[in-house]
Amino acid sequence: MAVGWRHYGRIRSTATGWLDRVEIDRSRIDDTPRTYSGGMRQRLQIARNLVTQPRLVFMDEPTGGLDVSVQARLLDLLRGLVADLNLAAVIVTHDLAVARLLSHRIMVMKGGEVIESGLTDQVLDDPREAYTQLLVSSILPP
Amino acid sequence: MSAAIELSGVGKTFTMHLQGGVRLSVVSGVTFSVQPGECVVLAGPSGTGKSSILKMIFGSYRGERGSILVRDGADWVDVARAEPRAILALRRNAIGYVTQFLRAVPRVAALDVVGEPLVSAGTAKDIARQQAADMLRRLNIPGPLWGLPPATFSGGEQQRVNIARGFLPELPVLLLDEPTASLDAANRAAVIGLIAQKKKRGTAIIAIVHDEEVRDAIADDVVDVTRFATAA
Repeated sequence: MAVGWRHYGRIRSTATGWLDRVEIDRSRIDDTPRTYSGGMRQRLQIARNLVTQPRLVFMDEPTGGLDVSVQARLLDLLRGLVADLNLAAVIVTHDLAVARLLSHRIMVMKGGEVIESGLTDQVLDDPREAYTQLLVSSILPP
Repeated sequence: MSAAIELSGVGKTFTMHLQGGVRLSVVSGVTFSVQPGECVVLAGPSGTGKSSILKMIFGSYRGERGSILVRDGADWVDVARAEPRAILALRRNAIGYVTQFLRAVPRVAALDVVGEPLVSAGTAKDIARQQAADMLRRLNIPGPLWGLPPATFSGGEQQRVNIARGFLPELPVLLLDEPTASLDAANRAAVIGLIAQKKKRGTAIIAIVHDEEVRDAIADDVVDVTRFATAA
C-alpha cells in the first residue's frame, strides 16, 4: 500500500480485510511472510497486488509449484476475485486445465509468436495448429 | 424470418496434424431451422456428427462452411464468423448448453455451480441461490448435498446438477446433448417436464436423445443427421 496512505488504522483494517479475502488467518498479520507456507505466500502476493484496486493484473504461473488442494483453493479464489472486482487478467500458464477453468480466451504461443488464438473452448476442443493439437492431446486424463 | 436458429450449408472438417495431416470430414450441407417454442431432435447413430453440430452452434467448434444464425433479441449473430467476445455475449444472453458431463471448479458448492450463470448475467447472489435451490429440488437432489461441491456426487447426481445449471437461466435457445442419458425414470420425467415448460415459454430447443420415450415426449421435428454425414 505504498501509494501514500498515512492512516495506520485504515491501512491495518484494509490489510486485515484482504487477509480474509485470500483466506489467511487474521492472527498471522504480524508474522513475517518468511514463516508462511508456499500457498499462503502465493495468496499473500495476490492480496498485495490487488489491495490498490488495479483494473488489470498479470499473473505468471499463478498456481505453479503448489500442491493440488492449495491449487484448487487458489483457482476458486482467483475466479471469484476476477468476477467480483471486474478485473481484466492476463495469465501465463502451462497448465491447460487451469487455462480452461480461468480464462475466456486463449493465445497459444510458440517460438515467440502467437500461433493460434480464440475462445478457450474453441482452441482446446477444436485446436487447429499442429502444436496446439499436440499440447491438447498431451493432457493426462484426471 | 421468425426462426430462433437457422443453419444453412454448415460443414465441418477436422485436420489431424498428429496423424500426418489426415482430413476428416464430419458433416456437410447441414441445413435446418428452429422456431421459438419448437424442439428439434437430431437423430442418427453414434459418430454421425450430432454433437459436432451442437458444438458448432454453441461455438466450441469453429464452423468452417455455411452460416449459423442465432437470434439475440432483434439481432442475428453468425456464430460461424463471430468474434470470441461476440460469442461470449451471445452465450450469456441467448444460448444454454447442457452436456452429459459436468465441468465444475473444485470446492464450489452445488448451489453456486447451478446459480453461476444467473450471477454472471447480473442477478444478485442470494436470489440466484434461491432459484438454484428450487431447481435442485425439482430434480430430486437431496438438500444436504446443496452446499457440497458436486465433484463428490454420483454420476447421475452430477448430471442433474448440470441440467439444473443449464435450465435455470431463461434463455431463448437451449442445446441439449443427451440430457437424460443416465437418469432413472422419475428424473427422466422431471427433465421432460422442464423441457415442456421451456417450450411453452418460447425457448427454441435442439436436442440429442437416444431414448425413444423421451424423444417422443419432446420432439416437434426430427432431423436425420445421416443425410449430412460425410465420414466413412
